[in-house]
Amino acid sequence: MRTGTLFDPIEQDLHTDEYKINMGPQHPATHGVLRLILTIDGEVIKNVEPDLGYIHRSIEKICERDNYRQIVHLTDRMDYLSSHINNEAVCLLIENALEIEVSDRVKVIRTILDELTRISSHLLWWGVMGMDVGALTTFMYGFREREMINDIFENTCGARLTMNYNVPGGLMWDIYSGFVRDTKAFLKHFKPKLKEYNDLLTDNIIFRKRTEGIGVLSKESAIAYGVTGPTMRGSGVSCDIRKLFPYSAYDRVEFEEIFMQGGDTFDRYLVRMKEMEQSIHIIEQLIDNIPEGETLEKTRAVIKLPKGEFYQRVETARGELGVYVISDGKKSPYRMKFRSPGFSNLSVINEIAVGHKIGDFVAIISTLDLVIPDIDR
Amino acid sequence: MLDNQSIKDILFAQNDTLEFSEENSAFLNVWVAPEELHSLGLFLRDDPRLRFDYLFCMTGVDWPTEDTLEIVCHLRSIPLGHQMVLRCKTGSRDNPELDTLSDIWPTTHMHEREIYDLFGIRFKGHTNLKRLFLDPSWDGHPLKKDYVDEVNLIVK
Repeated sequence: MRTGTLFDPIEQDLHTDEYKINMGPQHPATHGVLRLILTIDGEVIKNVEPDLGYIHRSIEKICERDNYRQIVHLTDRMDYLSSHINNEAVCLLIENALEIEVSDRVKVIRTILDELTRISSHLLWWGVMGMDVGALTTFMYGFREREMINDIFENTCGARLTMNYNVPGGLMWDIYSGFVRDTKAFLKHFKPKLKEYNDLLTDNIIFRKRTEGIGVLSKESAIAYGVTGPTMRGSGVSCDIRKLFPYSAYDRVEFEEIFMQGGDTFDRYLVRMKEMEQSIHIIEQLIDNIPEGETLEKTRAVIKLPKGEFYQRVETARGELGVYVISDGKKSPYRMKFRSPGFSNLSVINEIAVGHKIGDFVAIISTLDLVIPDIDR
Repeated sequence: MLDNQSIKDILFAQNDTLEFSEENSAFLNVWVAPEELHSLGLFLRDDPRLRFDYLFCMTGVDWPTEDTLEIVCHLRSIPLGHQMVLRCKTGSRDNPELDTLSDIWPTTHMHEREIYDLFGIRFKGHTNLKRLFLDPSWDGHPLKKDYVDEVNLIVK
């Protein structure tokens, strides 16, 4: 019989077991109804299995029933933080298929709003990312600036989130008279804030310790798993659709594609922070030079695409959104597929999370920047 | 970066049963027989002239008039920049089965689960083939054209 003392290595006969815990679907760090089944040993993650479908609405099946004008409205329910860019993807696809050339005015306004959307989405991500690792202030700061962008959206089209300002053939209507003034006021306000953000979080020693070297995604894995957007660029792979396959007015502006080489959580964080600077730079080039022109080209009331297959991609705040349509010449597509950036980015989660502790796992999901309706569709 | 004709020539030299089409599509489409799907996938990824290492979109299509289901894989080469579409039709619509591509492009692991869920195509060799979005007890595969659901699907 053993007599235990304080220093007796009594645990040497014991072993630990792996067990499973649920993270989500109501966990605050999963940002939506994402359920992750974690297999853990102590606090170390051995396996992650995502369980999806809590907000699956089968948008692709609905698309086979609805006409093309209606489909535009479905897309901003997917990645609701990039709603304007999602709408643009479908509109560009229809315009290319019908060979409609929109005016320069439309292209420039779309691009300005794309970049405002990107800043707004990154701001929300930044606020929530800080909150996930325990810095509650960032959430308030991020939302404070985001509010100004949402006000511009509201004055432009009436909606703050699900915009639907893009329609096939152009824009629903022209921009309001104070659009340029408000956008410039936002840029003036926002530029010094980025420095404040960096002082507050980026250079914070606790934050750096929580993110550096955590969740390293290698270049090879990023490519093999089809990762996209800032997550991919954090690993040093060029994949910016705005550079590779320019659309709207991206071919006439000068901006930098941001890369990092390390692929860890902090690098993914830095990519998004620097992307906001580039977005400001893009808007500044365009905002004083919005050309005159028509805002809406004439299209038929019922749009029918010619027979064939079409693929259109855009760069949302999360990466490449692809819209793939097989048309049989009718008013609804025969088959419509949305290749959503979040879906591919989620698939790599097991690869980068294994071996880390649960606390670090929260930071890892945060920099994947998942939006669940975008994954479930 | 290779143009479509060069990709076609390389693939035709490798396998002369392939079917090609560029009509009504933005990309070069390549149809492969189900039994050669996996070996062609490996060739596309590993051949130094092609290096299709990035599969960015994978989906299924139902063709009831031809009694077949089809998978469509959009491929891009990150180092070289060219693109193509790999397609494969299943033998039958009622018992569709194809080889998995998830050991070639790991991203298809989840895409194949989605296709199984919504089209019912089973992927041989897939390590975790179960429904992705819908409940395990769900009846039928919703993206098939003859799917009927009187409760959840409003048909106009």
